[in-house]
Amino acid sequence: MDTARAKPKVKLTIDGREVEIEQGATVLEAARKAGIDIPTLCYHPAVGPSGACRVCIVEVEGARTLVASCVYPVAEGMVVRTNTAAVRAARKTVVELLIAGHPQDCLSCERNGKCELQALARNLGIRKVRYNISDKEHREPDTSSPSIVRNPDKCVLCGRCVTVCRDIQGVGALSFAYRGRRTLVTPSFEHGLGEAKCTSCGQCSAVCPVGAIVEKDDTGVVWDALDDPEKHVVVQVAPAVRAALGEEFGMPAGTPVTGKIAQALHMLGFDAVFDTQFAADLTIMEEGHEFIERLNRRGVLPLVTSCSPGWIRYCEQFHPEFLDHISTCKSPQQMMGAVIKSYYAKIKGIDPSKIFSVSIMPCTAKKYEAKRPEMRTSSAPSQDVDAVLTTRELARMIRAAGIDFANLEDGEFDSPLGISSGAGTIFGVTGGVMEAALRSVYEILTKKTLGDVRFEAVRGFDGVRHATIDIAGTQVRVAVVHGLGNAGRFLAGTEDSPDRYHFVEIMACPGGCICGGGQPISLDPAVRQLRASVLYREDERKPIRKSHENVEVRRLYDTFLGQPGSELAHRLLHTAYGPDAARLAREDRAHSAAFGRQPMSAAGV
Amino acid sequence: MAVMSATIGTAACKCSCGSNAGKLVDDRFPKLDAIIAKYKGKPGALIPVLHEAQQLFGCLSEDVQDRVASGLGISPSEVYGVSTFYSFFTLRPRGKWKIGVCLGTACYVRGAAEVVEALKKELDIPVNGTTKDGRFTLEVVRCLGACGLAPVMMIGDDVHGRVRPEQIPEILKEYR
Repeated sequence: MDTARAKPKVKLTIDGREVEIEQGATVLEAARKAGIDIPTLCYHPAVGPSGACRVCIVEVEGARTLVASCVYPVAEGMVVRTNTAAVRAARKTVVELLIAGHPQDCLSCERNGKCELQALARNLGIRKVRYNISDKEHREPDTSSPSIVRNPDKCVLCGRCVTVCRDIQGVGALSFAYRGRRTLVTPSFEHGLGEAKCTSCGQCSAVCPVGAIVEKDDTGVVWDALDDPEKHVVVQVAPAVRAALGEEFGMPAGTPVTGKIAQALHMLGFDAVFDTQFAADLTIMEEGHEFIERLNRRGVLPLVTSCSPGWIRYCEQFHPEFLDHISTCKSPQQMMGAVIKSYYAKIKGIDPSKIFSVSIMPCTAKKYEAKRPEMRTSSAPSQDVDAVLTTRELARMIRAAGIDFANLEDGEFDSPLGISSGAGTIFGVTGGVMEAALRSVYEILTKKTLGDVRFEAVRGFDGVRHATIDIAGTQVRVAVVHGLGNAGRFLAGTEDSPDRYHFVEIMACPGGCICGGGQPISLDPAVRQLRASVLYREDERKPIRKSHENVEVRRLYDTFLGQPGSELAHRLLHTAYGPDAARLAREDRAHSAAFGRQPMSAAGV
Repeated sequence: MAVMSATIGTAACKCSCGSNAGKLVDDRFPKLDAIIAKYKGKPGALIPVLHEAQQLFGCLSEDVQDRVASGLGISPSEVYGVSTFYSFFTLRPRGKWKIGVCLGTACYVRGAAEVVEALKKELDIPVNGTTKDGRFTLEVVRCLGACGLAPVMMIGDDVHGRVRPEQIPEILKEYR
């Protein structure tokens, strides 16, 4: 916002209050600055204005008609009124017309109580809808995606999903089709999202104001497993969940709820509550090892992280030429899934086929990832991770169970897979995987202890960040990219060649997992920073802040896996991506069985 | 919910997409690529490309649209959006003869609706449908600017005025 600050300011009057704001700002921004809340529907701070819905109309002195404040620029001496009889009447009509074409099934809607249209109707005091669009063409919900369900009947055509998918994520799975009252948001040829070029990132579901795009609800199978006495139900929780779940229960954004989550999961009846951060530490061991190996043996560089299934799917669909660069490491979710049904089953003496493995993720793409055929590696017949719930679905289960989440006492994660380092914690924010990897790779390669474990250069929210770090005489160039639109531009190499880097972190969602498609829905532009601060503070407080110092990870290697990159590690923790991913994974395993891997322990771990 | 299934374009795609390599190759796709190359990089390229593609293929099938999308570097959904927005574009192949019956006010009050009914019955297709033999497509249009001849219909470029429903079989004979 540096450029905005340099712009000249203008003074205007809104509802009798004088406001000063940068030239180029909108009337809506000026009003919000003055503490005047103009209602909006299509406007979203993370998506930008479009002026489509006309809910934010205001009176501007001298203007011929009411204007949409979200796109109307301020001017010196402008006089704005947001609350006149004409404005209120027009706004009410706009919302009534939106409701007239919208199903009246709020009580059974996923967004009941969290719907922006519902809130508008409430706030504007709408008691009667004068219009009725009874012959609106009905369309069946699209359930073809394992991650996202679209219900076009509920769509209010605000265009947020179209914009976020096309402009921010660079995917363009959804567009407006047809015109007038037949207008429809849809993939090409009205295919389901499951058949379209969709990455499952779920950003559309995070910005939808109503229940037209929602995560696929998998709470049913999890309740069934919890009710089944034959099943040993294990759960893992991703780092980003603890930075945001509190928002679902009215707690301010930025409230850490790590202990409350552990407590709530125990109360829900899970037999073991584990932390995906353990698997994040494990990922660093494997990926760090892979990076060192590629660096030393002049393998394909840059190595690109593989934690984000939305990014993986994007690369497979849009940049298959780049797949060689992606780490063969599974994501932490899938590493944890494989370890639970192998190592954990073994040390607890549980038949892996009796284990039902659940993960709580900030992510809709994780639902898709768990279903990928190459992710079935443990000896159990089922998926390594049987069910994936988003942060929003966990909140739903906690509410349904009558748990007073905000007032819960802190609980603990269970041993051994609940132990994690601060490096595992910051996985949830853009730059975190890179920072965690650097902490370990630096110490392993230099055999020195880091004085300060923070790598500030890779933190922050710039779309692409880069740094050069001297590691044992090698100038290691790293880049951190978040948001698929940024990833696409980065790979296209328009500004900067990706080839000049050694190691690149790419996350599908803008901000990283803290703003994943399965996180609590928020219109607060500050939410990203607040959620990130939860993870960075938690990292600061952890006694262990480097993945290779996690004692339980070490025990896993000492007693089960051998060393990073071992044949067993490859079988359980690695895979391959691409059009024929399953075949590549088999080849990768055969390669490691034939040639082995240089043990990371040789470097002092 | 796919709008189209078996069209000329689909059959062609099966040959050119690589999965059925060795079968007949539709030589219209290289022509389409040339059309795309002609407009690529120019602002507003999509509409003229679709226009020429429709001339070439007769309709904008999914394979044609996918080729246009990848050629212009935009998403297939965006191409679909534009092709469904403008009534000029069609996703299904149209018949050799396009019948347009005017349902403007003047034609309507002089019995155009009955003309449409007679055409539907005679051709055994709904409005916007195409006969199985690919000969006729029936459409309704707004004012053709020949209200003095109401009710008016056009078959191809021929104007037929003061049409009575019972004349329909006779008129169509010329085009069979």
